[in-house]
Amino acid sequence: MDKLAVEPSTGKNTINPNGKKPVGQRVKAFVVDYRRQWEIQSMIIPGIIFMIIFCYIPIYGLTIAFKNYTVIDTLATAPWVGLDNFRIILSDKYFWDAVVNTLGISFLKLGIGFVIPIILAIMIYELNSGRFKKFVQTVSYLPHFLSWIVLGGMLITWFSTTGLFNQLLLSLGVISQPQNILLDAGKYWWIATLSDIWKEAGWGTILYLAIMAKIDPTYYEAAKIDGASRLRQIWNITLPNMRSIISLNLILTVSGLLGSNLDQTLVLMNSQNRDKAEVINSYVYRMGMSQGDFSYATAVGLGVSIISVILLVTANKITSKLNDNQSVL
Amino acid sequence: MNGKVAKEDLDSRIFDTLNIILLIICTVVILVPLWNVIISSFSSGKALAEGGFIFWSPEFSLENYRAVFNDQGIWQAFFISVSKTTIGVVTHVFFCAMVGYGLSKKYIRGRKLYVAMGVITMFFSGGMIPTYLLIKSLGLLNSFWVYIIPALFSFYDVVILMNFFRNVPDSLEESAKIDGAGDWHIFLKIFIPLSMPAMATIALFNGVGQWNDFMTTKLYITDQSLYPLQMMLYEIIVQSQTQSMQNVGGSAVIETTTKGVQLATIVITTLPIVLIYPIVQRYFISGMMLGAVKE
Repeated sequence: MDKLAVEPSTGKNTINPNGKKPVGQRVKAFVVDYRRQWEIQSMIIPGIIFMIIFCYIPIYGLTIAFKNYTVIDTLATAPWVGLDNFRIILSDKYFWDAVVNTLGISFLKLGIGFVIPIILAIMIYELNSGRFKKFVQTVSYLPHFLSWIVLGGMLITWFSTTGLFNQLLLSLGVISQPQNILLDAGKYWWIATLSDIWKEAGWGTILYLAIMAKIDPTYYEAAKIDGASRLRQIWNITLPNMRSIISLNLILTVSGLLGSNLDQTLVLMNSQNRDKAEVINSYVYRMGMSQGDFSYATAVGLGVSIISVILLVTANKITSKLNDNQSVL
Repeated sequence: MNGKVAKEDLDSRIFDTLNIILLIICTVVILVPLWNVIISSFSSGKALAEGGFIFWSPEFSLENYRAVFNDQGIWQAFFISVSKTTIGVVTHVFFCAMVGYGLSKKYIRGRKLYVAMGVITMFFSGGMIPTYLLIKSLGLLNSFWVYIIPALFSFYDVVILMNFFRNVPDSLEESAKIDGAGDWHIFLKIFIPLSMPAMATIALFNGVGQWNDFMTTKLYITDQSLYPLQMMLYEIIVQSQTQSMQNVGGSAVIETTTKGVQLATIVITTLPIVLIYPIVQRYFISGMMLGAVKE
């Protein structure tokens, strides 16, 4: 209310916030206000124009999923084909392979990659020594700043027959013959999952650590007096205090299940592991950009984003049930 | 009573020791592979071909770096990477700050509509192909500006800045208005200098994103003179991958040379980030919190 009082332009309108005035008068009031605020409105307009061009026109462009778009057409002239593209998707073996790979890798990432940052954050939180704590944090954040191209290049080097990985296994006596596991399709899901965890686990601790720093230390003191062990304190104090942020993270992760990392796949996929490496995003890329089948690729992309929104809403519903009906979103 | 305390102390000490050991293992798992890449990049072709070293190379050499730096392409790519990152960051931060400042004023007309439009863009997008068709029809294919213009705006960053501006006391704006300052003047002369920490955080995240981005090039650029370092590296990786696939009877010398070049390019591509990293590290945490606290 203070804000309104300061601004002279709105002072006149606040008399009638229910909009009971006739439409003509309201439009007039809007125009008068808008012109009075033109200077600040001029800062917003470029943003609105940007969103219309770069966000809303592509959303409108999704209609080509229902058309048969070829190079000679424009968006407007391409003939409508209804749900034909979606019908083809259902019988497309390569699409379903990509779905299986996407879900396989995503669930591995969810199952392992979701828990590790929580554990890591608790471990770092429990450290007493300031120097070592800072060192661990610095080191664990570092891989996040490598691009997937750089990390992909590194992985290819590490896994080559003369590289670090084979060398370690040989000297430990785990294997007797060096083997490039990037060429082993059966291991690809694990490579994709574990390399992603290596890259992002440390970074994932930042938010958890920030939340833990806010826990009232008297809880721990009281628990200590009651004779609770360190693990018990973690279980009964630390984890419950992080419940809402963990649910929020879980919702966001679940909604992203189908959007597996495109950069990672493009750099790690090769002719040997393709069957296990192709994910939905790389399939969209291949169908659309390499083979020029724009309508089909768009249909695949649209289908995936619809499922993602459904996942988001469902995950939000489930976690809010678990959190005493408090929605985190 | 004493016995109980002693037992707790012992438990606690075991916990601490295990914790420290596990965390040392974690840092080793991160640092050793990185270290291995660095010393490999300084290894001779012979050492790379034989392999078999983890911590120290049997034969050091600068030949990989010499090969990379003798290639004109890498200088060009470095120039593109640096210019797209600096121009991209400055324009992105200014643009988002401008829109965020406007939207931070609760009294502006149409605010609800603007915010709703922005929120929708956070959850829905046209995806790869419609965006490609748009970029194509705007004539941005094979243009340097494709790195800058589509990356100008992010509603997420706008929200962060908007929340930050809102925490600035109203009295500052009021007194400036009484002195006759316009909104642009207040924004440029008062709010921008005050918001440096928030803008630095966004600049940092956006800068890392720009430096590491390779999909933009992959999708919209075919002109090699516009390739940034990431794309150069990608091409080298793809090339060496196909070579090692067809290695039957192929030349081992060529393979180890590309491997050396690949390693040197990896190090060069990552170096700027690693150098800036310790300086800006303290901004991360406050930045993550800015992003997390949203109303």
